[in-house]
Amino acid sequence: MRPFVYEQPADISAAVAIASRFTTNDDQPTRANAQFIAGGTNLADYMKLGVAEPNRLLDLNRLKESGLRQIRVTDDGIRFGALVRMGEAADHAEVKRRYPVIADSLRLAASGQIRNMASLAGNILQRTRCEYFRETSWQCNKRVPGSGCAAMEGFNRQHAVLGGSDACIATYHGDFAQALIALDAVVHAEGSRGARSIPFAKLHRQPGDTPHIETDLAADEIITAIAVPAVPWARRSLYLKIRDRESYAFALASAAVALDLDGETVREARIALGGVATVPWRAGAAEQSLQGKKLDETSAEAAADAAFAQAQPRQHNAFKIELGKRTLVRALLETRDMKA
Amino acid sequence: MSQPSALSTNGLSRRKFMAGTVSAAAAAPLLASRAEAATPVAAEPKLRQPVVTSLRINEQPYELSLDTRTSLLDALRDHAGLTGTKKGCDHGQCGACTVLVDGKRVLSCLSFAVMNEGKDITTVEGLASSDGKLHPMQQAFIDHDAFQCGYCTPGQILSAIGCVNEGHAESENDIREYMSGNICRCAAYPNIVAAILQARDETKGA
Ligand SMILES: Cc1cc2nc3c(=O)[nH]c(=O)nc-3n(C[C@H](O)[C@H](O)[C@H](O)COP(=O)(O)OP(=O)(O)OC[C@H]3O[C@@H](n4cnc5c(N)ncnc54)[C@H](O)[C@@H]3O)c2cc1C
Ligand code: SF4
Ligand code: FES
Ligand code: FES
Repeated sequence: MRPFVYEQPADISAAVAIASRFTTNDDQPTRANAQFIAGGTNLADYMKLGVAEPNRLLDLNRLKESGLRQIRVTDDGIRFGALVRMGEAADHAEVKRRYPVIADSLRLAASGQIRNMASLAGNILQRTRCEYFRETSWQCNKRVPGSGCAAMEGFNRQHAVLGGSDACIATYHGDFAQALIALDAVVHAEGSRGARSIPFAKLHRQPGDTPHIETDLAADEIITAIAVPAVPWARRSLYLKIRDRESYAFALASAAVALDLDGETVREARIALGGVATVPWRAGAAEQSLQGKKLDETSAEAAADAAFAQAQPRQHNAFKIELGKRTLVRALLETRDMKA
Repeated sequence: MSQPSALSTNGLSRRKFMAGTVSAAAAAPLLASRAEAATPVAAEPKLRQPVVTSLRINEQPYELSLDTRTSLLDALRDHAGLTGTKKGCDHGQCGACTVLVDGKRVLSCLSFAVMNEGKDITTVEGLASSDGKLHPMQQAFIDHDAFQCGYCTPGQILSAIGCVNEGHAESENDIREYMSGNICRCAAYPNIVAAILQARDETKGA
């Protein structure tokens, strides 16, 4: 691991000031000399592997702003401070009641220990688990731009079938992000160029020709909060996660679903898909195909076909298309049958 | 400055003797960096400069002079000499390194030790009471034969204590789900679940 200087900025403006002193406008946050650390469950892992090489770590855990650690429920929705831990949000009574899809997505992620450590902002920024990205002896365009992609012809069973490019097909593995994109969440950030709000759907970048650019954030920007608008019918929502083992594993396919129903007819559907795409993935075509329809097995299957119409399988991951469809169909029917 | 507890409080076990040696060896750079920190102009932190980190481990104060890259796990094992906490994968995937930090179960392999300044750490060495009576969770693991090789056991026990405290041991299914972060290569899982049920009932309301 590269040696690093460790600093504990006292507040957000101090953290931004140090970060902007040691980074440039062109730096990607994941490639900059100075990087933020929260729970460390993703960054420390990648530093040990030599994938992330900051020489300065700015620990966000001592920032004094108390809003960073709070979950606030109001008539406008719910606001999660960036440093709230996954476990706290998963166990929060109002989160469970108003947004089951959020609570499920967190409860089914990682492990009890990791959920105690990991922050919500760190969670949404977690980097891919692509095996060739993790092991530095392989070619990887995301880790070393222009070096090639070992996954294309390699063992790409866990890789993405949606949102990939010829440069990179790494899956975005987070679960929480699927609930957030389905519910039109907004991310609040503060950097040297001021504070701004980023629609969740604009936070992550598809790989295209530049897979090393992962998000819209600048290297000196700190996520301060994640806001989810009030969606009264989100009580009828859930997160279904399918994986190689029952627990403590990333999704092979998952679905975040929220339904506004009039009897069995869909007024509005929100659908996001995990484990199958390069970024958090809103399935707009599937949502539209359900609008105004009676939700039954047939319409659910049509929605699932629409969701995967553009899918591009590689040698070992074609199974994800069928698995992803079945996951979505089951999630839609289970959501319909919820008592909400 | 507090003495590393391993020096003062222990008998002659090899493990504890080694702990004392390591801590004493760390004392010289420790004094130097303390003096620097006391100067009025806040010195720029430098690369490769050891950082003095104060931890309370099992209710004893420790001051360790550490490279910033040291994980909490390595600080416990190699610097404090507390080798009860085990290293399995060193990447967050097995749970062997589980300890309690401020009462919450975490993975010590994914935490840099310097981030834990001022925190209360509980390791398996700190569970028995001073008269040697085992913690109910330790006793339950013995009663139910909840291990074979024992390598995962310290992590299982600390994780189980955390799990019960979180209120996530309500049913056997709950226990399986919320203990999934602790892998047991010997697959003692059914016995581990039984042990946790017993200890949960014994410690309820305690
Ligand atoms: C074995 C294992 C299994 C896992 N399983 C799952 C799973 O099933 N589902 C799932 O969703 N996740 C899973 N994870 C991933 C885990 O949830 C993430 O590692 C964790 O959420 C990251 O949060 P953190 O606070 O530890 O982030 P850190 O590691 O501290 O940071 C991650 C990144 O975010 C940046 N960052 C952190 N906070 C901020 C901020 N406020 N502003 C700007 N940048 C910031 C850091 O600079 C870094 O680049 C698993 C992890 C492990 C190790
Ligand atoms: S899929 Fe992306 S992350 Fe994986 S090796 Fe290819 S370029 Fe790297
Ligand atoms: S050693 Fe920490 S989880 Fe395996
Ligand atoms: S007892 Fe051997 S690994 Fe669990």
